[in-house]
Amino acid sequence: MNRPIRVVVAKPGLDGHDRGAKVVARALRDAGMEVIYTGLHQTPEMIVETAIQEDADVIGLSALSGAHMTLFQDILDMLKEKKADNIMVLGGGIIPDDDAKALKKAGVTEIFGPGTTTDNIVSFISGKVKR
Amino acid sequence: MFTKEALDEVKKQRKRWEDAHKGKTPHSKPASERRHKNLSNLDIRPVYGPDDIANMDYANDVGFPGGEPYLRGVHTDMYRGKPWTMRLFAGFGSAEETNKRYKYLLGHGETGLSVAFDYPTLYGYDTDHKLARGEFGKCGVAISSLKDMEILFDGIPLDKITTSMTINGPAAVVWAMYIANAQKQGIPLDKIGGTIQNDILKEYIAQKSFIFPPEPSMRLIVDTFEFGSKYVPRWNTISISGYHIREAGSTAVQELAFTLADGLAYVRAAVERGLGIDEFAPRLSFFFNCHNDFFEEIAKYRAARRIWSREMRKLGAKKDRSLWMRFHTQTAGCALSAQQPENNIVRVALQALAAVLGGTQSLHTNSMDEALALPSEKAVLIALRTQQIIAEETGVINTVDPLGGSYYVEALTNKMEEEAYRYFENIERLGGVIPAIEKGFFQREIAQASFKYQKEIENKERLVVGVNSYQVSAPIDIPLLKIDVEGEKRHMARLSKLRAERNSSKVASALSALETASKGKENLMPFIIDAVKAYATLGETCAVLRRVFGEYNDPVIY
Amino acid sequence: MKDIVKSALKGDNLSIARLISRAEREVMADPVGSADLLSAMRTIHKKVRGVPVVGVTGVGGSGKSTLVARLAREYRKDGKRVGIIAIDPTSPFSGGALLGDRVRMSDIMTDKGIFIRSMGTRGAFGGLASAVYDVAWILDACGFDAIIVETVGVGQDEIDVVKIAETTLVVLVPGLGDSIQMIKAGIMEIGDVLVVNKADMPGVEQTVGELEAMLDLGGGRMKDRKIPVIRTVAKTGEGVIELYAALCAHREYLEKTVGRDTICRRRYEGALLEIVKDKVMERMLDEFGAGGHAQKLVDKIVRSEIDLRTAADEIIQHGGKNGSHSK
Repeated sequence: MNRPIRVVVAKPGLDGHDRGAKVVARALRDAGMEVIYTGLHQTPEMIVETAIQEDADVIGLSALSGAHMTLFQDILDMLKEKKADNIMVLGGGIIPDDDAKALKKAGVTEIFGPGTTTDNIVSFISGKVKR
Repeated sequence: MFTKEALDEVKKQRKRWEDAHKGKTPHSKPASERRHKNLSNLDIRPVYGPDDIANMDYANDVGFPGGEPYLRGVHTDMYRGKPWTMRLFAGFGSAEETNKRYKYLLGHGETGLSVAFDYPTLYGYDTDHKLARGEFGKCGVAISSLKDMEILFDGIPLDKITTSMTINGPAAVVWAMYIANAQKQGIPLDKIGGTIQNDILKEYIAQKSFIFPPEPSMRLIVDTFEFGSKYVPRWNTISISGYHIREAGSTAVQELAFTLADGLAYVRAAVERGLGIDEFAPRLSFFFNCHNDFFEEIAKYRAARRIWSREMRKLGAKKDRSLWMRFHTQTAGCALSAQQPENNIVRVALQALAAVLGGTQSLHTNSMDEALALPSEKAVLIALRTQQIIAEETGVINTVDPLGGSYYVEALTNKMEEEAYRYFENIERLGGVIPAIEKGFFQREIAQASFKYQKEIENKERLVVGVNSYQVSAPIDIPLLKIDVEGEKRHMARLSKLRAERNSSKVASALSALETASKGKENLMPFIIDAVKAYATLGETCAVLRRVFGEYNDPVIY
Repeated sequence: MKDIVKSALKGDNLSIARLISRAEREVMADPVGSADLLSAMRTIHKKVRGVPVVGVTGVGGSGKSTLVARLAREYRKDGKRVGIIAIDPTSPFSGGALLGDRVRMSDIMTDKGIFIRSMGTRGAFGGLASAVYDVAWILDACGFDAIIVETVGVGQDEIDVVKIAETTLVVLVPGLGDSIQMIKAGIMEIGDVLVVNKADMPGVEQTVGELEAMLDLGGGRMKDRKIPVIRTVAKTGEGVIELYAALCAHREYLEKTVGRDTICRRRYEGALLEIVKDKVMERMLDEFGAGGHAQKLVDKIVRSEIDLRTAADEIIQHGGKNGSHSK
């Protein structure tokens, strides 16, 4: 039996739209992953520290409030600073194409926009994380 | 309503129709079986007839508009007397930018204002708070002080237009700023009209922009009811909402039931405080979603009106106005797609039509770029025109409740009411709305429904045009709104200047008085108004309340 | 691996977390990595100090996580660093888990002196109990002065996990009739301190009364010590100081009566038992698998050629020989 993939699903900043994050968390659980959902109002420090302590393989960031450029970058910077930048960072929510391109350049592995299916996310993570 | 002989004839005819249908296989695949259940999972019959509403008692169960049970409408003449208010939710960046957008919309014919605030404001933080990082103006306008409020409404006569403000946690403080600004404009408080959303129960359940725990939040809300009924009589001090519950993934039946349950909880809280029900009930208002299932939404609004008037009677209301379920509607954001955004124009038009046929008092239509960004000028104009076309060109406003008497609509209205009462019983069994929230009842129902919906979409049991069917792979090519980065700098400069120039001892004493009062039982509105008039900021005022009331921790329910 | 251990012992959270991952899944890790891990654990054991381990169990919805967060704060006030192991159920269908205890501890998450690790129950034969021992030893060796293990609910599995703790809290809430449930589950036998949380709810006096009556009847682990029943409201913090004092008092009591060394020894004994249980069950899964030795015996039993108890003895004596392979 292999160790399950561990994913931290996080809501950075003040955004309260958690419908998607919860649906994704549940779908990942149904696909056999261990999911730590951080809840709302997480600072970048809280998210990074959680991912470190839980030895997460993936951090999934959900942002629908428009604050993704600042907050996602903060998280990438902090991961680097703490030498935890091998943790894969994924993003989802309302993120315009231009911003998505910039974020991927900055180190976010993939951005999943509206219309993404949970199957997409599950296969992406299963494909990328080596266990 | 029908004679026995007539009904017998109908039943015979239906049997003949059913027999003629037997053996015919549906022409679509088995998976489409599901499509004959509506979004609330209610089974829909192929054909409705008089036999579906045989027991309907027109006089008592349907009635005429403007009379109990208000099924057909709260006013006797509805849109023949006055069209619904065309009120588009708007706000972004700094107060100056939003003021411009308001003038644009008013210039193009919108008839009411609706304010969207940014996240820091929604949570009662000033823009320079640590948690506000990156959030300024992104999903609404930033209001940190009375000064910003003054700019927001600059050049807009507050006695000539009503304003709805979507604000919950810090609603009392933001309302205080609006009041203070009106007074500065020289307008007496009995001349201003509008709404504050101020519905904390649904925040715990769905929208999540709460600050304080339930008990102090309810206290603040009843304070606003009391203050409003005495000093601001034209103001709706609450907009009891189902929109967000629906957006979080609930079914239409859940939206109906949970919203009305919340409403009754507020009424009970106010009555417990000693307010006479007829003093505040006329100024309770509601806010519903309008989703895709055309007839289900119409039935939902009708059922809501009937349920509310009957329940309010049971609670002892004597005035007619206390029985009216007046509501604002917003078309469903969650039903719109990022892919092929022009399709959203069609979706919104159909949803808006349903809301009008359902008798809404006020309507917001979403823009086609809803799934991508805040509305661009072009997109928001189309959204406004959609309402104007319905009002001027379709003729649906010529009569009240045009679908009244439709076998389908009446049967569905009855069914939804029945299902809602089932939920009411469950909630009662759990001890009421607040205990049910603490037990996670609503959150669980919503999480279940939203997961089910997502699975249906992924399995193609439910098709969404352009998303899981009829897709094209063209890039999205419509102009998107960009937030002006300079706006944040201007706003911050203004905030610093305000802090430097105001009378800090006046601020300190006002905040101290507020702190003392919040530990007691006095109505806090006058204290909050004093504080904002002294130019205490939103964040400073809320910090006092946070200290006294504590903060609410959201228990996560999947 | 050596570097990870070194920096973990210095208190680097990243390394501690990685070491925990290796250890907690040793049951599932590949055999090649095992030698590495065993040597790492030997180093860890040299640094184990025998810090207090508190087990927290109780029915779902009793507010365990909120209470754990409050207790952690009390330890921090005393200058102690706290390691929390939070266990949530693994889905029997998918093997995945929603590890949601951490969410309820958000107010302590920014405290650098607190480390929270979530684990799934991973189902029967998943080796949870033995894994928890390893995680606790790692946290002990890496500088945490108190360890709290929070289990899912009440059941035999939970009792096995919570045996690692020398002080166990059982958390109840008023009025749910769970005191009866607890007795059925044998939870009363393991409780050193009983807590009635959400004590602001109606029915609290009745529940406390029922518990005290039950305790008078002679339930409880240490017959010569009165088991305290403490009322708390974890949401507001009411009663937490009293609870913390009771925990510390129990630890002191044990150190006096049983002694620190024995407490440590019992932990090794407990862990050994769990590992042996794991290995035996692993072997039995093979034995009882299709074509396994046990299946042949079952056929014999059906044909009345051998009785059940003799067959069982045979499996224990000879298990591993015919057609099965042990790891």
